[in-house]
Amino acid sequence: MKQSVLDLQKRVNQVLGDDIVSSTIILDELTIELSPSKALAAFNLLKDELGFEQLMDLCGVDYLDYGLANWETMTAVNSGFSRGVFDFAEDNDDEYLDMKRRFAVVYHLLSIQHNLRIRVKVFPETTQMPIVDSVIDVWNCANWFEREAFDLFGILFKNHPDLRRLLTDYGFIGHPLRKDFPLTGHVEVRYDAEKKRVIYEPVTIENRINVPRVIRK
Amino acid sequence: MPEIRNYTLNFGPQHPSAHGVLRLVLELDGETIVRSDPHIGLLHRGTEKLVEYKPYNQSIGYMDRLDYVSMMSNEHAYVMAIEKMLALEVPERAQYIRVMFDEITRVLNHLMWLGAHALDIGAMTVFLYAFREREDLMDCYEAVSGARMHATYYRPGGVYRDLPDTMAKHAKSKWNSGKKLDELNETREGSLLDFIDAFTQRFPGYIDEYETLLTDNRIWKQRTVDIGIVSPERALQLGFTGPMLRGSGIEWDLRKKQPYEVYDKLDFDIPVGVTGDCYDRYLVRVAEMRESNKIIKQCVDWLQVNPGAVISDDHKITPPKREDAKSNMEALIHHFKLYTEGYTVPESEVYAAVEHPKGEFGIYMVSDGANKPYRMKVRAPGFAHLASLDEMVKGHMIADVVSIIGTQDIVFGEVDR
Repeated sequence: MKQSVLDLQKRVNQVLGDDIVSSTIILDELTIELSPSKALAAFNLLKDELGFEQLMDLCGVDYLDYGLANWETMTAVNSGFSRGVFDFAEDNDDEYLDMKRRFAVVYHLLSIQHNLRIRVKVFPETTQMPIVDSVIDVWNCANWFEREAFDLFGILFKNHPDLRRLLTDYGFIGHPLRKDFPLTGHVEVRYDAEKKRVIYEPVTIENRINVPRVIRK
Repeated sequence: MPEIRNYTLNFGPQHPSAHGVLRLVLELDGETIVRSDPHIGLLHRGTEKLVEYKPYNQSIGYMDRLDYVSMMSNEHAYVMAIEKMLALEVPERAQYIRVMFDEITRVLNHLMWLGAHALDIGAMTVFLYAFREREDLMDCYEAVSGARMHATYYRPGGVYRDLPDTMAKHAKSKWNSGKKLDELNETREGSLLDFIDAFTQRFPGYIDEYETLLTDNRIWKQRTVDIGIVSPERALQLGFTGPMLRGSGIEWDLRKKQPYEVYDKLDFDIPVGVTGDCYDRYLVRVAEMRESNKIIKQCVDWLQVNPGAVISDDHKITPPKREDAKSNMEALIHHFKLYTEGYTVPESEVYAAVEHPKGEFGIYMVSDGANKPYRMKVRAPGFAHLASLDEMVKGHMIADVVSIIGTQDIVFGEVDR
């Protein structure tokens, strides 16, 4: 393990103290988790006290299907191993809606003066309406990154001045990078010669999985 | 007297100087820009979603199509993320090949940028000159991968195959024959490395040609000097990286500060700007081409005398030799498993970043132990740069918008993903 990363972990623990929910080092990268209520104050400290002057990246992660495989080879049934390949997206029922810690907002910070990186995770409190504080006032470049996370995951950012969709189509419905959003999407477009305009229709293609998702230990 | 009102203008998405599919809604006061609102996403293909549904190796090709003028640099960040998670060693020769092609890619990208930027501002000739050199470099891409652009050459564990011993030659045709044909094929007699070596010899002279056309050109200076000034503090706040950050005077280059592959063994400098305007960023990029040329030359010299493996021999991850698969049972199994199911990556997460021609290109990858990524996020440098467009164009004239879009080196493949 790199000494510089261990030193950073120590220093971050000193400055942020009890605000840190957890702190781990994986593959020489420090990851800390902050609670959503204390995150904004901690981000200010990270920038001013610890010198993380750049926000490199901000993105959402949806942990709905984490650790699930399409194909279980460990448990055989009467008919042999299940080769049934199904898409989780169609399978998820309502109990998943109450899943705790489903969404995460992941921040990658870079300190140019100390030449260090840190990853910060914040899990919003509820899954129904995930909301975290906007960090635009700390790092101005967060604006578009937060709009993107809102667009793709439906994560809301409190005090964001202009939380519009960014990457998807005008009038798009749904949040495409959520795990319960099918790969094929819900609508397709084509030009209608009679109506003389582009029209939206429900998708006609079926979601097909060529290579099943397998987890091997 | 009628009331004077601001005027809203729609710029793009089909505009030659919008560099792709940028739609800008500009609010004008006369010819001065009060506010600009870029609308992006017209090239959104959902790369990040698609990657979640494919085994790791099948997504390398998507990386080429992100920033489609610096293909191999994108691949590099992606394979580096996988290698970090698998703790996979890359042979030294493969590292040199990667560095060489990263720099060839940087030159390709900067030539494209220089030509298109100059064309936007009204200088035609540079574009034609720049494409002459791009042609040679694309031939290098073709020689190693068979494709001129979307190479899919980098693989987890190394590169797809070793550098070829021969270079494709121009064929005799109605236009090329006799002495002219011999001249065209003069540098193509030897191996690919000889061809690249010859290129590095003549390239500094070509850069001088571009500089003769632009650096002291009065029109060029009028269009770029003091346009789109970004202070170092603002550049950090806005998440700038690469030449955009260095143009503002901050000496930051991942190749030097957080070296990956063999960059720490090579000799090169980081050019830095002073005022942070479009002209400084132009000078930085031109100087970067000279530095890249130096790096390519050093790699060629090393590669010419150091043969060896170019891909890891861990056949759980890399394909076995074709001959082996015909006689060796284990090799056949490896081949079958690799091309059907792929390999599983241990549960972890990683952020791998490279110094892309445009800035920091990062891949954040989360694996839950499966043969497909659980989540992959592309940190595209152009995304942060374009987000700052509103601030950069405010108060400038409408013609300067074109200079500023040009100086940001925007490519929509990576912005929209």
